[in-house]
Amino acid sequence: MTGLITMDDLTNEEILSILDDAERLLPVARGELYLPLLRGRILGNLFFEPSTRTRMSFETAMKRLGGDVVNLGDVKTSSVVKGETLFDTIQMVDGYTDIIAMRHPRQGAAQYAQDAASVPILNGGDGAGHHPTQTMLDLFTIRQAHGRLDGLKVVLAGDLRYGRTVHSLSHALTRFGCELTFASPDLLRMPVEIVSDLRENGATVTETEDLYGSMSDADVVYMTRIQKERFADEDEYARCAGAYKLDSRHLDNVKGDMIIMHPLPRVDEIHPAVDSSRHARYFEQAFNGVVARMALLCRLLGVTVPADVSAEGGVL
Amino acid sequence: MSNEQSMRRVTAIRNGTVIDHVPSGQALRVLEMLGIAGETSVPVSLVMNVPSKKLGSKDIIKVEDRELTQGELDRLALVAPEAHVAIIRAYVVAEKLSINLGEEVVNVVRCTFSNCITTNAREPQPHRLRVVSRDPLHLRCHYCGRPQDLDELVKNAL
Repeated sequence: MTGLITMDDLTNEEILSILDDAERLLPVARGELYLPLLRGRILGNLFFEPSTRTRMSFETAMKRLGGDVVNLGDVKTSSVVKGETLFDTIQMVDGYTDIIAMRHPRQGAAQYAQDAASVPILNGGDGAGHHPTQTMLDLFTIRQAHGRLDGLKVVLAGDLRYGRTVHSLSHALTRFGCELTFASPDLLRMPVEIVSDLRENGATVTETEDLYGSMSDADVVYMTRIQKERFADEDEYARCAGAYKLDSRHLDNVKGDMIIMHPLPRVDEIHPAVDSSRHARYFEQAFNGVVARMALLCRLLGVTVPADVSAEGGVL
Repeated sequence: MSNEQSMRRVTAIRNGTVIDHVPSGQALRVLEMLGIAGETSVPVSLVMNVPSKKLGSKDIIKVEDRELTQGELDRLALVAPEAHVAIIRAYVVAEKLSINLGEEVVNVVRCTFSNCITTNAREPQPHRLRVVSRDPLHLRCHYCGRPQDLDELVKNAL
């Protein structure tokens, strides 16, 4: 394994094993235990697009494990504005770091970077393509809530056309035999080629515009933001914006253990009143980005997470 | 009708390339893929839908005064992977060239997805498309994963 570009880079066994590592690293992520497994290692954070959670959680993950981070910083103040190619930027950062986390507005940029680099690349989002590290923290959150991944009923809702989180997640959930419902406005349906791939891989997929009607037997409802920045046409955005506004009324007839997830940031697709319900998991989900990325950093750098973390770690 | 009779439907060429065993009805697509269609100064002869022991029926193309390059053979492999290519010099077969559609084609076809990293012409890495299905033919961009069928591949040949 070199980097993590798409979920196809991991087998189901590897996914579960990395989630087990993440589980054991929880006290380290919470700052209750100091375990410098990555001391002396440097992560290069290359975010060519805005990011809050992904960039910060990578940085936190690396620092909690005793490693260090160098940042590309604001693209506007880097050589990118002078016309430097991605290939050249990667060649340079490859020499400075041991591993690279990258987000880029163009699809395929992560694979392109991996081909140019000798160090592992962690894809933190490439256009509307893939976001596998988000998928790992999503899977961690689902397993944490339900104790398993296989056979769950999952509703993915909102911007399924441009949403890279749901593209990666739907592929992974299919591999664990989950039943998928895609709820979106017609303009933002899951791309045909992805639905076709999922069905070829044995997925049971239902497509609907009726989010609320599809929630009653769901184990997971995964909301996403309608991403204004992905629309070339303002009118199209206006027709889709505010399509779904989940509030407490919609939770009356759902399963007791159903969880609501969201990769964040949200706009108005989940009302703040839902935050205090037993179903809301999106803030824990955001925190889980730290443990999932800690486990991934260790795995890609060839560092074993000890079976008994508390015996190896020290108190801060 | 024998193979020789099929070949003799058009006259023998002195110098150039003969592409035989092209799947029936695909000759025009082959020419388009090779960039020979339309405005070309070299004489081109086509025989279409003639009987073939191997294929049932086939097309044959003769291009005079032009020998196919490796890049053209790579493009041909997408449209007619079973074709036979002979280079003719002074009326005799001087070389038989093999074509091969491997697992990946490099700098043969471009990915035209508008947001693919390879649409930035300044990026130096090659265009790479993986063969995901041979019948029907489907390739995917190695970088962004966008699929292309044969019609798209012909339009997007480099």
